Amino acid sequence: MKYLMLVCVDPDFTPGDDDGKPDVDDWAGEMDGKGIRLMGDRTRPASAATTVRVRNRELLVTDGPFTETKDVIAGFDVLECEDLDQAIEVASKHPMAWAGAIELRPVWPWGDE
Amino acid sequence: MSNDIAAVYADGWSRIVATMIRLTGDWSLAEECAQEAFATALRVWPVDGAPDQPLAWLTTVARRTAIDRMRRAVVERAKLREVAMEPAPWTVDSEIPDDRLELMFTCCHPALNVEAQVALTLRGVAGMSTAEIARAFLVPEKTMGQRLFRAKQRIRQAGIPFRVPPGHQLPERLSAVLHVLYLLFNEGYSGSGELCREAIRIGRTLAELMPDEPEALGLLALMLVQDARRAGRTGADGALLPLDGQDRSRWDRARIEEGAALCERALRRGRAGAFQLQAAIAVCHATASGVDETDWPQIAGLYDHLRRVAPSPVVDLNRAVAVAMATGPEAGLALVDAIDGLDGYHLLHATRADLLRRAGRDDEAAGSWRRALDLAPTEAERRLLSDRLAAAQRTGPRTAPPTGPPPGG
Repeated sequence: MKYLMLVCVDPDFTPGDDDGKPDVDDWAGEMDGKGIRLMGDRTRPASAATTVRVRNRELLVTDGPFTETKDVIAGFDVLECEDLDQAIEVASKHPMAWAGAIELRPVWPWGDE
Repeated sequence: MSNDIAAVYADGWSRIVATMIRLTGDWSLAEECAQEAFATALRVWPVDGAPDQPLAWLTTVARRTAIDRMRRAVVERAKLREVAMEPAPWTVDSEIPDDRLELMFTCCHPALNVEAQVALTLRGVAGMSTAEIARAFLVPEKTMGQRLFRAKQRIRQAGIPFRVPPGHQLPERLSAVLHVLYLLFNEGYSGSGELCREAIRIGRTLAELMPDEPEALGLLALMLVQDARRAGRTGADGALLPLDGQDRSRWDRARIEEGAALCERALRRGRAGAFQLQAAIAVCHATASGVDETDWPQIAGLYDHLRRVAPSPVVDLNRAVAVAMATGPEAGLALVDAIDGLDGYHLLHATRADLLRRAGRDDEAAGSWRRALDLAPTEAERRLLSDRLAAAQRTGPRTAPPTGPPPGG
């Protein structure tokens, strides 16, 4: 199964709670090596985001993120996993699971109901 | 349901559902096939007689139904092949793989919310109908149906696997399963007795399938001993009775002994967890012939152990009561006053009042009683407290403390 892994900032995070967190490069190297991480990167802050909408055939482009909570998403990865248990294990080894939060969204493949 | 079929249903339902989920990966289909198998049995068994190998018979019917429905629904060929490839037909009950642990762990997967875990467990493992589950939780049947539907949909869409977690995840995941069972039990303890029975029944299956997990044995022991005291808990008018006011001859001795033996077996493994310790405490209470004959130092020691394994202010309160009973009210009071975070809990104040009175500090006791009565959440508990107050004023200093909820519950 494919999962989109959204790497998020937790505004309520208490500094120090992430003592001993893993290194992000080690994480990426390990998951790339195992063929689990298909792609991924950090994203620039919400100030660099652009939101695109088309309403009544008219293009609306706005400066800034779509979501109300600004700067929550800090990066993303696409994972190929056996199941949710494996995805949870992979996510739990990412440093941002220790200092922020990670959301796992299963990808809805074309052709599936 | 005829007796033959009812007897097989009790354990067979979850066996068949679990096996069908493993084979098809489809929870709703698995339930439909199990239902169809039992419906067929209802038609055929009364005429032809019950088969020698009822589980094999039912599972074979369920699988045939699955193949039929999948053919009609034109599903992926690989899945169909998997179902059809199993050596068929099953002829001997004992050769059918037991997938009930997979079922339990998946129903209680942490990616499902607790309400979904509970509903799935009652439907899949206990074999209760949606209507029965809805009644037990006092929600409309439609609401419960949607809850079950969403839970099954989530299992599929989120990719929750059907399996027993690997060793390094097992302790955490097992405690989620135990938590759901104890929640069911407590829900039944104050309401529908059916939930207590189902929790105990599933607890038995779990203890049978995981005989090396002392906490699974501990939970079963705890539930048995608590349930054994059910008949003595309420008076003729339905009011709750405190421990020292209960008629101990109404307790179910056989259940208490079974629970005590299980608890001992679990503790011998040397890995005392929260359920084993709570069971041991319950056994101490249940095997004593009266409040004065209770081994309070032993109970105080067990609470001391419990607060290290599973710290909670309610455990601290119960420990304070046991210490007071073992060594005197002042020692208990010192512990009660050191508890943080229970100021809104009526039993803290009731305990304090009782200990103050026994220490001869009647004026302070009166204030604590008032506070306890103000905070009591239900009329029944308020009545229990007023009765206790009245009794305390009548009798001497050596009465039992107010009893809390089931330990840890």
